[in-house]
Amino acid sequence: MSILRAYRRGARRRRLYLRAIRKRRDLTAVQNRTRQIRPNDILLICTLRNELKRLPFFLDYYRDLGIGHFLIVDNGSTDGSREYLAQQGDVSLWTTSESYAKSRFGVDWVNWLARRYGLGKWILCVDVDEFFIYPFCDTRPIRALTDWLDASEIRSFGTLMLDMYPKGAASDVSYTPGQDPVEICSWFDAGNYTISRNWEYASLWVQGGPRARKFFADKPYEAPALNKIPLVKWGRGNVFVSSTHTLLPRGLNLVFDDQGGEKACGCLLHVKFLDAFLNRSEDEMHRAEHYKAGREYRTYAEKLREDPELWCKWSEQYINWRQLEILGLMSKGNWA
Amino acid sequence: MTVGFIMLCHDALERAAQIARHWAERDCPMVIHVDSRVSAARFRKFRDAVKDLDNVAFSPRVKCEWGGWSLVSATLKASEIMLREFPQAHHIYLASGTCLPLRSVSELKTYLAERADTSFIESVTTADVPWTKGGLDSERFTLRFPFSWKKQRFLFDAYVQLQRRLKFKRRIPYGIRPHMGSQWWCLTRRSLKAILEDPRRREFERYFQRVWIPDESYFQTLVRLHPGRVESRSLTLSKFDFQGKPHIFYDDHLQLLRRSDCFVARKIWPQADRLYTHFLSGDDNSTNLAEPNPGKIDRIFAKAIERRTRGRAGLYMVSRFPRAEYDNGRTCARYSIFEGFGDLFHDFPNWLHRATGVRAHGHLFGPDRAEFADGQRVYSGALSDNPRLRDYNCNAFLTNLLWNTRGERQAFLFGPRDTQDIAGFFAFDPNAEIKVVTGAWAVPLFQSDAPFSEIRREAARLQKIESAHLNLLRGPHVKARVSIWSMADFVEAPLEPLQGLVEDTGTWNARKLTEAPRMKELTGFGQFLQNLKNEGMNPYMMGDFPSGDGPDVEKPDIRKPYIVR
Repeated sequence: MSILRAYRRGARRRRLYLRAIRKRRDLTAVQNRTRQIRPNDILLICTLRNELKRLPFFLDYYRDLGIGHFLIVDNGSTDGSREYLAQQGDVSLWTTSESYAKSRFGVDWVNWLARRYGLGKWILCVDVDEFFIYPFCDTRPIRALTDWLDASEIRSFGTLMLDMYPKGAASDVSYTPGQDPVEICSWFDAGNYTISRNWEYASLWVQGGPRARKFFADKPYEAPALNKIPLVKWGRGNVFVSSTHTLLPRGLNLVFDDQGGEKACGCLLHVKFLDAFLNRSEDEMHRAEHYKAGREYRTYAEKLREDPELWCKWSEQYINWRQLEILGLMSKGNWA
Repeated sequence: MTVGFIMLCHDALERAAQIARHWAERDCPMVIHVDSRVSAARFRKFRDAVKDLDNVAFSPRVKCEWGGWSLVSATLKASEIMLREFPQAHHIYLASGTCLPLRSVSELKTYLAERADTSFIESVTTADVPWTKGGLDSERFTLRFPFSWKKQRFLFDAYVQLQRRLKFKRRIPYGIRPHMGSQWWCLTRRSLKAILEDPRRREFERYFQRVWIPDESYFQTLVRLHPGRVESRSLTLSKFDFQGKPHIFYDDHLQLLRRSDCFVARKIWPQADRLYTHFLSGDDNSTNLAEPNPGKIDRIFAKAIERRTRGRAGLYMVSRFPRAEYDNGRTCARYSIFEGFGDLFHDFPNWLHRATGVRAHGHLFGPDRAEFADGQRVYSGALSDNPRLRDYNCNAFLTNLLWNTRGERQAFLFGPRDTQDIAGFFAFDPNAEIKVVTGAWAVPLFQSDAPFSEIRREAARLQKIESAHLNLLRGPHVKARVSIWSMADFVEAPLEPLQGLVEDTGTWNARKLTEAPRMKELTGFGQFLQNLKNEGMNPYMMGDFPSGDGPDVEKPDIRKPYIVR
């Protein structure tokens, strides 16, 4: 039976791979600067829609980490995101008005861009509201991490998606473009994550955090997955299966140790709950282009209207990666 | 008199050139070997970068394979050139292209001049090294290794197994005692010369060509055959991780490296600009005579290995999720579980907290909510008291609670009314301390006003659950420390178990019981049990209560708070 399952997984991988190639037709290049990509560059791939306010800080943050080139898919922005991105010298931009849902929430586009421009390179796949934190990120550029991963023969790097929220109602605060959103959303849940194993993909399934605590307390099974593998050394035939939670071939999902040790891992600070979120979730709920037809957004919109406070007395305020490591949310592993 | 450097490079040639220039300009002759896998263009660029230095020579290029003879052969060729071309070199130092000098050349020269006849080379017999990879230590010298460990692992392992099974053994050349050690050495001219000019060199070479990882054993073994003092340590600071690859140094290691007083460190990340600028621009005339002291760095890297192989006990996270049979501790700290006590005493958690200082929760796995201490709705780490969220993964709930509150001993109540799934977790956890008073769940029933038929049904249900639970706790593989009293025995003489409980649980030094918890009114409890029996149910969990008012005779003593001695 396991052979049959392995065969089916392989078939699924090939199907997704071909699908990504087919979906390249969705994309129209606005600004293709991929010739600037140097062999050692680390690429960031991202899909977005109407994120103009967040973009300046987002791009600067990842430039500081040492990202060489940004590959961005703009899914029908109307707020000027496209024009802004087209002006950036290190961004290659594609645009599409095709359905986000039909491209499996942008994953097909990401798979295509990674295959087309990222073969043999490290690619970092994050959303505009996710900030990648890894051990020593305050003193070592991301290149140090990927060099070390290469030397250790590790092909992927796992993270916990850490939902950040403000103190006070999400609508109470306002965000000015260019500002570090973690200054506003600086709080997180330190220790309410539940983990189970997903044997089909050899991955872990992590749930919990403020969204489970506040929005999914009565249906915890539906709480969003928080395990992500955003940093991957892209090999031929790799595909992201569902967002960056799981990959195929599934060896890429083995970012954890099941014999007691800790592998090196990081966090994605997820600043979804910025002020724009409230309006945003109602908007997205009506668009129904998100996972499970935007059901998640529906829940957020309802609950946030009732009781907007995510903060509680036991929330932790973010300081730096060392704090996250002490709390047990990430680990240096054997990188010292 | 000076020290000559042999440098083996295969990567980051710009940095290697920078280091070569640093040493050569300070009057240290250099012989450089560049892996022949480096392209001709890059090699030419490298050679041009140091063309102006007349004390830099290049040795014939060999294709270097990890763990293969080629590394030794490259070193030997470079050594010959060094001895022939640079007679002023009194010590010869083997370094790599990713090495970085941490102390000035003059300090190194002074240090070596004071120890003119000493070779610094880590050289330990195979029986005494703990760090061999793949379990091969003495077998490195007695088996054959025609397959690459990196690329043909399956064949490598299979061939080793085959040789073991056939009891195949190579003969070690007469007079040799295999030694191993770090491949980065610093030999005196005399020792190196003796090794190179040994009449049996051909024989040794032939033997070592088939040894596994000869770069860690060729010089290390042969240096022992010749006169001259051997100091068995490497002057190069080089640490290996659990995969056997060297740890890399970055900019943030600057202070550590400075304080280590080692002469050379390996391996440096080529982009660590701060390290290179700092250490290559040091004062050339400093006169620090300190001995190398890598203790602190050793500790940091030892910790990293420990973290990678054993991890933090009781932590479950995205990169650590041990299988049940591999964990080195399901939970991170000891904790106590009290079953029946909450039913038998008024306000037991508060009493427990006062008597022992532990954080005492109510029924954490209660049916309505997780009863955190002080009635909190959310607890440490933002754990919610929502029962569905908790029961969705109750093991994680408990391990999270213990991890979030590490440093403070936790205790909670448990009983047959609670979610039972968690029992299968804590029963097999050596950190759990379980105290059970069986049958005490009947006390709330005894005090309730519900119709007797309902009480009877509920009693039967709870007894069944508790009975199954006790079977679990009495099982042969239980790892928790379990004490069980029947309610009748406990009520008979509660002080002794309570004293023991405080001693086991207490985090304070003063463990004399000063205040007993207030027991609930049990007058008529025996009769209540008799009524249950009369209804056809058999309440056996409580032990033998006389059907009259038996246990009440001693009650006044126990119920009122008192001070012992």
